[in-house]
Amino acid sequence: MISCAIEKVLSAAGGEMKLHLELELKKGELITLYGESGAGKTSALRMLAGLLTPDRGRIVVGGHTWFDSEKNINLKPQQRNLGFVFQDYALFPHMTVRENLEYGARQGKDNALVSHLIEMVALGDLQNRKPDTLSGGQKQRVALARALVGKPELLLLDEPLSALDARIRSKLQDDILALHREFGLTTLLISHDLNQRQIQVYRTGLKD
Amino acid sequence: MNWEPLILTFKLALVTTGLLLVLSIPLAYWLAYSRSRVKPVVETLVSMPLVLPPTVLGFYFLVAFSPGNVFGSWLEQWLGLQLVFSFQGLVLASILYSLPFMVHPIQSGLSGLSPSLKEASYVMGKSRLTTLWKVLLPNIRPSLLTGIVLAFAHTVGEFGVVLMIGGNIPGHTKVASIAIYDEVEALNYGAANFYSAVLFAITFCILLLVYLVNGGYVKRFWK
Repeated sequence: MISCAIEKVLSAAGGEMKLHLELELKKGELITLYGESGAGKTSALRMLAGLLTPDRGRIVVGGHTWFDSEKNINLKPQQRNLGFVFQDYALFPHMTVRENLEYGARQGKDNALVSHLIEMVALGDLQNRKPDTLSGGQKQRVALARALVGKPELLLLDEPLSALDARIRSKLQDDILALHREFGLTTLLISHDLNQRQIQVYRTGLKD
Repeated sequence: MNWEPLILTFKLALVTTGLLLVLSIPLAYWLAYSRSRVKPVVETLVSMPLVLPPTVLGFYFLVAFSPGNVFGSWLEQWLGLQLVFSFQGLVLASILYSLPFMVHPIQSGLSGLSPSLKEASYVMGKSRLTTLWKVLLPNIRPSLLTGIVLAFAHTVGEFGVVLMIGGNIPGHTKVASIAIYDEVEALNYGAANFYSAVLFAITFCILLLVYLVNGGYVKRFWK
């Protein structure tokens, strides 16, 4: 169970705007936040991850308070057990695909898990390549697998599909769903949609 | 031929560069990421040796470290350090004098990295130190190499600061650049030419190596 009610004044292109986000996520749910560019979707994710501090509000994940402005609680990103897939993938250029995943482990190396994740996203042949030599879709899969090595409670994906063409997009959607189910994740992903000025929430019925 | 001034020059450059690297990484890290209000002041101070005549720096060092002064005598009594006309003094002065040449490349290397690299590492539970060591520094290797080489070459080329604070003591503070000046004064053009030619050749080779490595030529030819 994840509950979040946060507020932050952001300085956007058209002056200041106030972002107010209230969310309730049950364990195992996957929801998508829609909204046009500049609506504050990425800022919302960054606040959940602890990379940006909200002005007011609270974030509680599975009984642990991650942020509470009234009680002065603000856990560092390091202390929040979550996986984050960045819009620019943020793969470490000097490490191979496998080393990128191994770096993501929280306690010690878990070779079995790393190998399993590499197989899940079909990167077995590419595991010793550096990220620079991969295509956009391949990089996205590495980023996704890497985010799961730390066995996160919450998976956040920043526009994971927008930079990909239709065929690869649907393949990656399948990957996200498969991993979401297998790891029993709670997943929040954002996607831009030009028709919606404000952030909208869309829940997928994932229960089989 | 007397190799002593040349050996002393490279010893000074080596020690200075090593200490500078250790000092400059935290300083450059702070300058690259801090939003503190005193940052412009620190940036200015770091860059001062670029524009200040070396003699100004040397003069203030001489005044500050002179055993006739409060600070100089305190250093000598409590730490047993005599910084005027000694090799230690040269090292300290060279560190300050070459500081911008090491700090600037590292700082711009760090600022040039995508912020998401650092953030990705934090989200994976890694500390700042681990992130710096395992993610940031390996990705700014060309900047580190540039900083190391520029600081080294700049220390080799020092003259004014060394002359002011080090004087001209053979084996202790008489580096090659001073020896050249000395020999010319004594009209020994042959000896001056020897030191000059060696310095010219070595610094040319060092700089050429940097451009070859950072330009990717070495990798291309070795494949």
